[in-house]
Amino acid sequence: MALPSYATPLDRAWYVGFRVICAAVFAFLIVPILVIIPLGFNSEPYFTYPMPGFSLRWYEEFFNSPQWLLGLRNSIIVGFFATLVATVLGTLAALGLNRAEYPGKPAILAVLISPIIVPIVITAAGMYYFYSRIGLTGSLAGLVFAHATIGVPFVVITVSATLAGFDNNLVRAGASLGASPVRVFFKVTMPLILPGVVSGALFAFITSWDELVIAIFLATTEEHTLPRRMWSGIRELLSPTIMAVATLLILTSIALMVTMELLRRRTERLRGISG
Amino acid sequence: MASTAEPDAMMAADGVPLKIRLRRAERMRKVWALALIAPLFVFLIVAFVFPILSLLTISVEDPEVNDALPRTAEAFREWDGQGFPPTETMVVFAEELAMADRGGFGRVSKRLNYDISGFRSMLKKTARAADDLAPLSPDAIHEGFIDIDSDWADPAYWLAVKRASVRYSDYYMLWAIDLRRDGTGEIVDVAEGRAIYVEVLIRTIEISFAVTVLCFVLGLPIAYLLATLPTRRSNLLLILVLLPFWTSLLVRTTSWLVLLQNEGLVNDTAIWLGLWNEPQELVRNRFGVYVAMVHILLPFMVLPMYSVMKGINPWHMRAAASLGAPGWKAFLKVYLPQCMPGVGAGTLLVFILSLGYYITPALVGGPEDQMISYWIAENMGRLANWGLGAALSAILLALTVVMFLVYNRFVGIDRLKVS
Repeated sequence: MALPSYATPLDRAWYVGFRVICAAVFAFLIVPILVIIPLGFNSEPYFTYPMPGFSLRWYEEFFNSPQWLLGLRNSIIVGFFATLVATVLGTLAALGLNRAEYPGKPAILAVLISPIIVPIVITAAGMYYFYSRIGLTGSLAGLVFAHATIGVPFVVITVSATLAGFDNNLVRAGASLGASPVRVFFKVTMPLILPGVVSGALFAFITSWDELVIAIFLATTEEHTLPRRMWSGIRELLSPTIMAVATLLILTSIALMVTMELLRRRTERLRGISG
Repeated sequence: MASTAEPDAMMAADGVPLKIRLRRAERMRKVWALALIAPLFVFLIVAFVFPILSLLTISVEDPEVNDALPRTAEAFREWDGQGFPPTETMVVFAEELAMADRGGFGRVSKRLNYDISGFRSMLKKTARAADDLAPLSPDAIHEGFIDIDSDWADPAYWLAVKRASVRYSDYYMLWAIDLRRDGTGEIVDVAEGRAIYVEVLIRTIEISFAVTVLCFVLGLPIAYLLATLPTRRSNLLLILVLLPFWTSLLVRTTSWLVLLQNEGLVNDTAIWLGLWNEPQELVRNRFGVYVAMVHILLPFMVLPMYSVMKGINPWHMRAAASLGAPGWKAFLKVYLPQCMPGVGAGTLLVFILSLGYYITPALVGGPEDQMISYWIAENMGRLANWGLGAALSAILLALTVVMFLVYNRFVGIDRLKVS
């Protein structure tokens, strides 16, 4: 938005002022995330700048601590299986939602989306109450189911969005050439909706990877995930190891964000060609 | 077959009218569609909906006395609540107290202690002596109770047992809004010191509202900038919004905890700049909660506003300028009205998400800044008062659902996009 030639001096002042305000808001958004990264490399256990020296001791501490490594392992296991469950069930459901109109569809959709509407504490409390009665608390399986439920709406939403731009005549063409519905799905539908499925899966994974409240309710020490371990750490003593873990979590987020952006561009390119 | 159809109906190759074939095919599509949705639907009902419903039901249950002392509960329900219970009722009470198992007795005494503090120790004392109490004749039983603890001469304690003897009651729902039933069944305010939950609810709405307003004020300029910059540059700046969006809530809260502490970067910088001389308390108070929550929720405000603003034709503003409107007037009269779908989506989303915040206020807030989610977690966990936790959950859920219906009305559930 360059300034038009008829701008008055007041317009010019406002133009500069506006940019300064925007810069301040962008700084507010990004600085807190960037500032935490160097603190994990501090040679002393303080959180002040300038840092007295550079050290990898907190990362060493992380990779030598059985508790943190258990947290890492649990986070990976739970994240993987929760994503698997959410992606398979969510993709099938999105295909079903896109296939036909029928009465009661808004109600069904409401149920499928509800896990991201219900406040997380209520979800966690309900699961704690119910899962403890059927023996699912204190097991990774309980966490997997819980995380799958809160990740699945993202899969349904992203896959549905991809299907909205999907030409159903391609399926008919496949069928008319004699392919079975299963073959058509894997040869025609799946390759075209794959970016949506992968984005949904990434959303489901990051949801589980960052999830804390359910882990507070359901996990005993044996099932502590990384965020759950971090939560205990913060409440006991804020150590630079926590900053190191935070940095690892930020890096995961960046990796996922970049993948997502590449997928989005790929889809846009494909759409550009077909349309 | 053909004779039953209309004479000019189109036939499929096998002689079945096309209409019927079509209807059959459509039906098959619906069956297939439902079959694809069914696995997820069933999964969510079992793993999500049912657990929450079973949690909500305990908000209207009052099971302790019924479970541990079933005959006592039945006898107390029959008592009309005038004066003292009939002596036979007291005998049943004494007998069951003598026989009660420890777990059940513990839950009963905890429940009765909610009603009148001090009931727990009194009941313990009574139970210990209950073996001597049970053989007493009905005429002497009340005296026996009073001998153990003189408070049994006060009808309030007997009425408390009666109130706890029904299986379903509004006890916890009333407690969640700082009300209770007195001896006569009238609804009255709870004692001064225990009335905290209405304040918590008001505080929750207040914090959510303030966070929404702050997010709007900070989000509007950058959404506008992003929407009006050339795509290449706006895509670059968009990363500054998306990275926080993707970063874990716990990580961002931790950052603020570090930044805002007494020796933190914010205090250091401010002192260095000469803004203030002493480290200020910036965290473990309302200020810290606002800063951290606005930071976390700002992307949810910016992204919907940005996507709507991107679709607004920039020529409208130029047209307004050519007709003589100053910049601010053109913005208010021409631009902002066209942004309203994005503004509505952003503000409602931020408000709805704020209502359920727990982790952030718990870490960067003080005791006076905790929201309703914190008290749900406290009651479900440390305080082990599940009935009250469930009742507070019901209130928060109702509030969220109402706000979401508003969202659905104005924005539409299908506009709930994730990136």
